[in-house]
Amino acid sequence: MSDEFPTSAADIAWNVRNNITSAADVLERHLAAIDEREGDIHAFNLVLADEARTRAVEIDEAVSVGRDPGPLAGVPIALKDNMCTRGIPTTCSSKILDGWRPPYDATVVTKLREAGAIVIGKTNLDEFAMGSSTENSAFGPTRNPHDTTRVPGGSSGGSAAAVAAGFAAVSLGSDTGGSIRQPAALCGVVGVKPTYGAVSRYGLVAFASSLDQIGPFAHDVADAALVLEAISGHDEMDSTSIRQAPLDITRQLEMGVAGLRVGRITDLPEGASPDVAARLDEAFDTLRDAGAEIVDVKVPAFGYGLTAYYLIAPAEASSNLARYDGVRFGHRIEAPDTNAMYMATRTDGFGAEVKRRIMLGTYALSAGYYDAYYGRALKVRRRIAADFATAYERADVLLTPASPTVAFHLGDKTSDPMSMYLCDTYTIPSNLTGDPAMSVPFGTGDDGLPVGVQVLAPALEESRMFRTAAELERRAPR
Amino acid sequence: MSEIATDADVETWTFRGYEMVVGLEVHVELATRTKLFSASPNRFGDEPNTNIDPVTLGLPGALPVLNRQAVELAMRLGLALDCKVQRSTFARKNYFYPDMPKAYQISQYDEPICIDGWLDLPGSIRVGIERAHLEEDTGKSTHVGGTGGRIHGSDFSLIDFNRAGVPLVEIVSRPDIRTPDQAKAYVSELRAILVAVGASDAKMEEGSMRVDANVSVRLPGAEFGTRCEIKNVNSVRSVGRAIEYEAQRQVGMLEAGESIRQETRHWDETDGRTHTLRSKEDADDYRYFQEPDLVVVDPDPEWIERVRWSLPVLPAARRARLAAATGQPADAEAILVVTDRDQDTYVVAVAEAGGDAGRALVHVKEAFAEQGERPTVPAADLAKLTRLEVDGKLTATQAKQVLAEIVATGGGDAEAIAAAKGFEAMDTSELESMVDAAIAAQPEAWAKFCAGEGKAMGALVGAVMKASKGQADGKAVTALLEQRRAT
Repeated sequence: MSDEFPTSAADIAWNVRNNITSAADVLERHLAAIDEREGDIHAFNLVLADEARTRAVEIDEAVSVGRDPGPLAGVPIALKDNMCTRGIPTTCSSKILDGWRPPYDATVVTKLREAGAIVIGKTNLDEFAMGSSTENSAFGPTRNPHDTTRVPGGSSGGSAAAVAAGFAAVSLGSDTGGSIRQPAALCGVVGVKPTYGAVSRYGLVAFASSLDQIGPFAHDVADAALVLEAISGHDEMDSTSIRQAPLDITRQLEMGVAGLRVGRITDLPEGASPDVAARLDEAFDTLRDAGAEIVDVKVPAFGYGLTAYYLIAPAEASSNLARYDGVRFGHRIEAPDTNAMYMATRTDGFGAEVKRRIMLGTYALSAGYYDAYYGRALKVRRRIAADFATAYERADVLLTPASPTVAFHLGDKTSDPMSMYLCDTYTIPSNLTGDPAMSVPFGTGDDGLPVGVQVLAPALEESRMFRTAAELERRAPR
Repeated sequence: MSEIATDADVETWTFRGYEMVVGLEVHVELATRTKLFSASPNRFGDEPNTNIDPVTLGLPGALPVLNRQAVELAMRLGLALDCKVQRSTFARKNYFYPDMPKAYQISQYDEPICIDGWLDLPGSIRVGIERAHLEEDTGKSTHVGGTGGRIHGSDFSLIDFNRAGVPLVEIVSRPDIRTPDQAKAYVSELRAILVAVGASDAKMEEGSMRVDANVSVRLPGAEFGTRCEIKNVNSVRSVGRAIEYEAQRQVGMLEAGESIRQETRHWDETDGRTHTLRSKEDADDYRYFQEPDLVVVDPDPEWIERVRWSLPVLPAARRARLAAATGQPADAEAILVVTDRDQDTYVVAVAEAGGDAGRALVHVKEAFAEQGERPTVPAADLAKLTRLEVDGKLTATQAKQVLAEIVATGGGDAEAIAAAKGFEAMDTSELESMVDAAIAAQPEAWAKFCAGEGKAMGALVGAVMKASKGQADGKAVTALLEQRRAT
C-alpha cells in the first residue's frame, strides 16, 4: 500500500465520503492483502469478495449522486462467524451448523450496513467462542500475523488477525470472558468489550447470554470508537439492551487524562509474565506523566472470577447449545430413533472443548448440585461487582494486563485446558460485572511481540475508558 | 356450550371410608394477538408452520422479547382470582423434545407473577389458588405409523410450530378439592372467569384450556397421601370421571396393602381408566435457572390498579345480582345457565323494564339457548309478557306459546299476539266451575286426593286442562284443588 492510501477506518470513510478514494479501490487493496497472506493466517471462514464488490459499487454510486453512505462509508469490516448474516453461512466454526444459512441479519450487521460499511468476510473463532487461542475451530486454527507459529488468541482470533494483517480495516468480535481483549493484545490491535447491553446481542449466536457482548477490533482507538458508536444503542429485539442513545465517545477522545484517577489493583492475582508486568508499570508512569493521579485500590474477589466464570458460562452454554439437536437445521446424523439421533448428531457435531463445557454446565445446574455450584457462582459474581463498585469510588478507571503473556505457540496449551483458561484471568471480571473494558497496544514484550494494557471503567463510562486508552496510544513505546 | 356442574351433592365424597384430595393445574392459552416472545400471530387453526419466525423456531441468535399484552392478561386473570400480583422472573426449563425448539421452555418458576388467590365455587367451597404463572407453549407433534400416536415406534413425526411460543398461564390450585363435583365446578367457574375477563377463549375441545389433576386419597384427618398427576383430561365431564376413577384405584391399592407410587398417569377416555405414563424416578431433571435473555417483570402499582379497575363484573357477582333480582339462590340451575350464556344482564334489563324477573329467568333459560349475549327480543317485549303472566292475564301455558312467537319473530307485543291467538284470561269463576265439574266427574280421584294421595291430583288437573283446551293455568288449578280440600 502506498503511504498516501488510507488504512484507518476514519480516513477511509472521510476519503470515500468526499469522493477522494473509491470504496472499490479500498476494497481491492484489502482483497489483495487477503490473497497474499490468508493462506498462512487463515483468519476467515468465508471471504465475501463478490458481495463486497457489489456493495462497494453501490457506495461509490451513492457518493457520485451526492448521497452520504454514512460514517463508515466504504470501510471493509470482518465479522466473527457467530454473527448472523442473512443468506450467508454462519458456522460458529462448528460442524454442527453445517449448511445453515440464517434467514435474518444480526442487529449489528444491519447497523453496519446503515453506516456504509462493507462486510468483507466471516472470521474464524474457537468453536462457539469457547477458547483462548482459536485452535478449537472445526476448520483449523488461525495464526498470529506477527508470528505464524503463534496463536492470535481467542476466541475472536480470526477478527483480531484480520485487522492485524490488514485484511479488514476494522472487525467485530464477541467477548464472553475476554474473547476480544485477549486476542487484541496478542495481535497488537485495539479491542473493546463495551458495557453489557450497550450493543444488541440480537443475531449473535449465544455462548453465555449474561456475559456475551459484541465489540470492535481496530488499528487505533479512534477507529474502535467510530465502530462502537455505529453499533451501539437500544434495540427492541434484545430485552437486555440498555435503553439509551448510542455511545458518544469520539468527541472526548482528545481530552487527555489530566486529573483522572487511575487505579492500580494492589491485590491483583499473580500470573503476568515479567515482560507484560513491566509494560503495565510503564503504562502507569506514562499516565502519571500525562497528568493522571495513580491511586491504589483493592478488588479482593478479583481472583475468584475465573472459578465463578467457569460455572456460570458453561451452565448457560449447556442450555444455549441444547437447540443444536439435528431436528430443524444444521448437521444431523440419522439414527433409528429420536434420542439416538440427538446423541449421534451432537457427538459428531461438537468438538471436545464444547462437549467439556456442556458437561460442566449440565452438572453445575443439576438437582442437588445447583446450590453448591451455580448458585454459589452467582453469589461470587455479586461479590465481585460489589468489590469493583467500591474500587470505583476511589478510581475513575483501572489498569491491568489484558493477557498474562504475549502470544504463545500453537499447541502449547491445547492439552491442558486449565492453562488455557488462565489466559482469561484479567479479562473475566468485566464480563461478570457487565462493565466495559478494552485492550490497547502498549509496546512489546518477549520476542518483540505485542503487549496489550487493559483499561477498565464503570458501566457506561466508555468515554472515560477511551480517553485513557487514547492517551496510552499516543505515548506508547515505539 | 360448556357443561355446568349443578349436582346438589358437592359436599362429600367418600369411598370405603377414604376421602379424595385433589388439586388442579389448569393451562390456558391467552387470547393475545401475538406470541409470548415474538411478533408471530397467536392464531389457532392456520396452515402448519406459517405463524413462525426466528424466535419461535429457536434459531441461533434469536432472542425473546416479552409480550406486554400477555402480562396484562395474566394480571387480569390473577386479579379476578384475588391473587397478589408481584415482581416476577422467567426461568428456563431444560429438556429435549422435537417440538420444543430451543430444548428449553421459558416459564416462570420460583417467582410467578400471581400468587395466593382463591376461587369460590357456586354454593360450595372456596378453593385456594397457589399461583398463576406465564409460560410458552410447545409446538405440536403428529407421530405417523406405530401405535397409539406415540413417538416411540412411529415411522416419522411431523411438527407444527404454529403453537410454539403461544402464551400460556398455568393456574395451580391448592389441594382443597374433595369431590368430583367440586372439581367440575372449579373448572367451569374458572372457565367462566377466564372468558369474562377476556384472558382466554378457554375452549377445552380446541386445547386452549387443559386440565391436569393431582389426586391422592386419605382417611379423613390423616396426612396427605402420595399423589398421582392425571394428564389428558379434555372435558369438564372427564375431570369428574378421571378423578373418581383414580381415587377409587388408589383406595383399592391401599386396601390391598400396596403403596401408591408417585407418578404421572394418562386418562384414557375410551376405557375410562388412568394408565402409567412415567414414574417420578423417570422424571427429567429440568435444571431450572433464571432466563438470562429476559429481564425482571415488575408491574408498578399504578398499572396493577388500572387493570384491577378495568375488570368486568365477574360471574359470581353477576349470579348474586341475578339471585337478588329473582329471589332464587345464586347456585340455582337457571341462574348458572343464564349467567354462563351471558344473558344475566338481559334478564335484569327485563326486570328494569317493568317485567317479572323470576318469569323472565325461566323464559330466557328455556327459550333463549340459541340467542347470544344480546337476545333479539327487546327487553320491554319480554317484560310485558311476564307482566301479563303475573297479573293472571295469561296462563303459563299460554305465555309459552306467545313467547315462542315473539322469539321466532324477534319481538312483538305480547298482548296483541295473545289476542290474535284468541287467548283470554280465564276469570276465576270460570276456572272454579271447571274444577268443580272435574271433582264431580271423578269422585274416586277426589276421594283419593282428599286422603292424601298426591298422584290422584294429576287426573283432576288433567280434566280441567282438557275442558279448558289447555288454556288453564296449571298452578292456579292446583291451588284451587288444595283450597277445596282444605275447606
